[in-house]
Amino acid sequence: MSTKTPGRSKGLNGWLLSTPALVLLVLAASGPLIIVAIYSVLEKGDYSGVRWILSGDGWFGVLFQRDIFDQTVSLADANLTIFWRSVKLSIMTTLITFAFGLPTAWFIATRPPKARAFWLFLITIPFWTNLLIRTFAIMEVIRNQGILNTALIHFGLISEPIQILYTDTAVLIGMTYVYLPLMVLPLYAAIDRFDFKLIEAGYDLYATRWQVLRGVILPIIKPGIIAGSILVFIPSLGAYVTPRVLGGGKNMMIGNFIELQFGQGQNWPLGAALSTVLLLIVLVSLVVYTKASTREGPHG
Amino acid sequence: MAKPRAFDVTTLPGFTFVAILAFVLLYAPIVTLVIYSFNGGNSVNQWGGFSLQWYAVAWQNEAVQDATARSLIIALWASVISTALATMAALGTTRRGRFKGQTVIYVIINQPLMVPEIVTAVALLIFFSSVKIATGYTGLGYLILAHSAFCIPFAYLPIRARLEGMDTAMETAAADLYATPWQTFRYITLPLLLPGVIAGAMLAFIISLDNVIITEFVKSAGQDTLPTYMLGQLRRALTPEVNAISTALLALTVVILTGFVFVTKKRD
Repeated sequence: MSTKTPGRSKGLNGWLLSTPALVLLVLAASGPLIIVAIYSVLEKGDYSGVRWILSGDGWFGVLFQRDIFDQTVSLADANLTIFWRSVKLSIMTTLITFAFGLPTAWFIATRPPKARAFWLFLITIPFWTNLLIRTFAIMEVIRNQGILNTALIHFGLISEPIQILYTDTAVLIGMTYVYLPLMVLPLYAAIDRFDFKLIEAGYDLYATRWQVLRGVILPIIKPGIIAGSILVFIPSLGAYVTPRVLGGGKNMMIGNFIELQFGQGQNWPLGAALSTVLLLIVLVSLVVYTKASTREGPHG
Repeated sequence: MAKPRAFDVTTLPGFTFVAILAFVLLYAPIVTLVIYSFNGGNSVNQWGGFSLQWYAVAWQNEAVQDATARSLIIALWASVISTALATMAALGTTRRGRFKGQTVIYVIINQPLMVPEIVTAVALLIFFSSVKIATGYTGLGYLILAHSAFCIPFAYLPIRARLEGMDTAMETAAADLYATPWQTFRYITLPLLLPGVIAGAMLAFIISLDNVIITEFVKSAGQDTLPTYMLGQLRRALTPEVNAISTALLALTVVILTGFVFVTKKRD
């Protein structure tokens, strides 16, 4: 019952209290990932599933394809296109959400306390609104007969509707739209803790607004920037719903391609290998982010 | 802008404009969707006057009723389980000082946030399909288990944030006054922590209700939740019925959120 036992027993308590959560997570989240890695080196089953024979075909299929007739090997252009599209769209999504997210978070954090709660509430409604609903909503806006095209035609800016739906642009718009709150919330948390006296000090030392932003604000809210970027980049990279709905099957991203292997493609080892690749990309970006946030100290 | 007012250090040029623009852009599509759900016409493209007919259609649809009930059952279980486990873990990782292996706990707890959902979904598909064959059980348990797991980090984050922001002086004072650790927890820590716990549970509930991908991969035949039902409907065409369901679900979210804000305000 002693509350002042030092060292070892403290650690034990921490582990004990965390154990139930850890057991569930290992059972229904982390553990199965290991199975994915194992499946990626097995042989493809006849219809779906795998045969328990070691095989490199899954990994081979990530980058290469074998011609059905003459067995010649070539780079799998389609796969590379999908990878490139995923990475490109995810980076762009992260940048655009940051461009909108930083001013939005700043705006909320600098309101008087009562108003702050209201604006924060406004940002959390879209955040907690079903991703599918928000994707439908964006679809409603950008489809050919949607309000965007109707408005543009109405004002005589265009004569024919612009085809946005089922393009990469649609996927980008959709992802920016659905992931924006994920950028705003951690940025807000960081700015909310920010000591505005530091800005005053900056101005007192004759810094311009830009210098204050670059030299004072950004370095201090960096943990929020990193958190927001990770929270946007990772779901973007593995996005499944938004590309499926707005990309219309043609403009696939890695997530849809993986699903295809487990569904129609019936190539579980390839799907598992692709999943592992996605995991590795995520792991690398996490390491890069961590390095970036620890190497540069408070002096930037 | 050179008003006689005192120079405001908190304003940055252009920030307010972009922020307002962001809010307008966030809400315009949702508002459009809501308006179109009251469309009397048979197509999503033509406005056929105000009508509630699509709500009636959705309301009478048995598949929608089933999916709604299933969604709520799963979300309730998942939020209760994940919040309980996350509260324990948050106490274990913040209140006992630093200890060996703490980073491992953080990594495992936050893992569902880090790993793309599609990968987790595929992993669970492989794992649970073997378990289904081995045990013969095909009930909702798998979905509840999976939902509870990925809701843990969402419940954990606000609880931990609340714990870290809490002054330990009260707890120390309680201990100095010979309160047992349990009494300290029951009368000091838990009441102070409650807003965090509620926030965590709310987050978990909505996250579970919202989930599409993992549910789509883990569910057995005939176990559609509202989102997977809607996604399935989309294979054909976007119908006004889906708009109506979306609006109803949106309304539910807003109601829960408003209630939540009200409850937490009262406690302050």
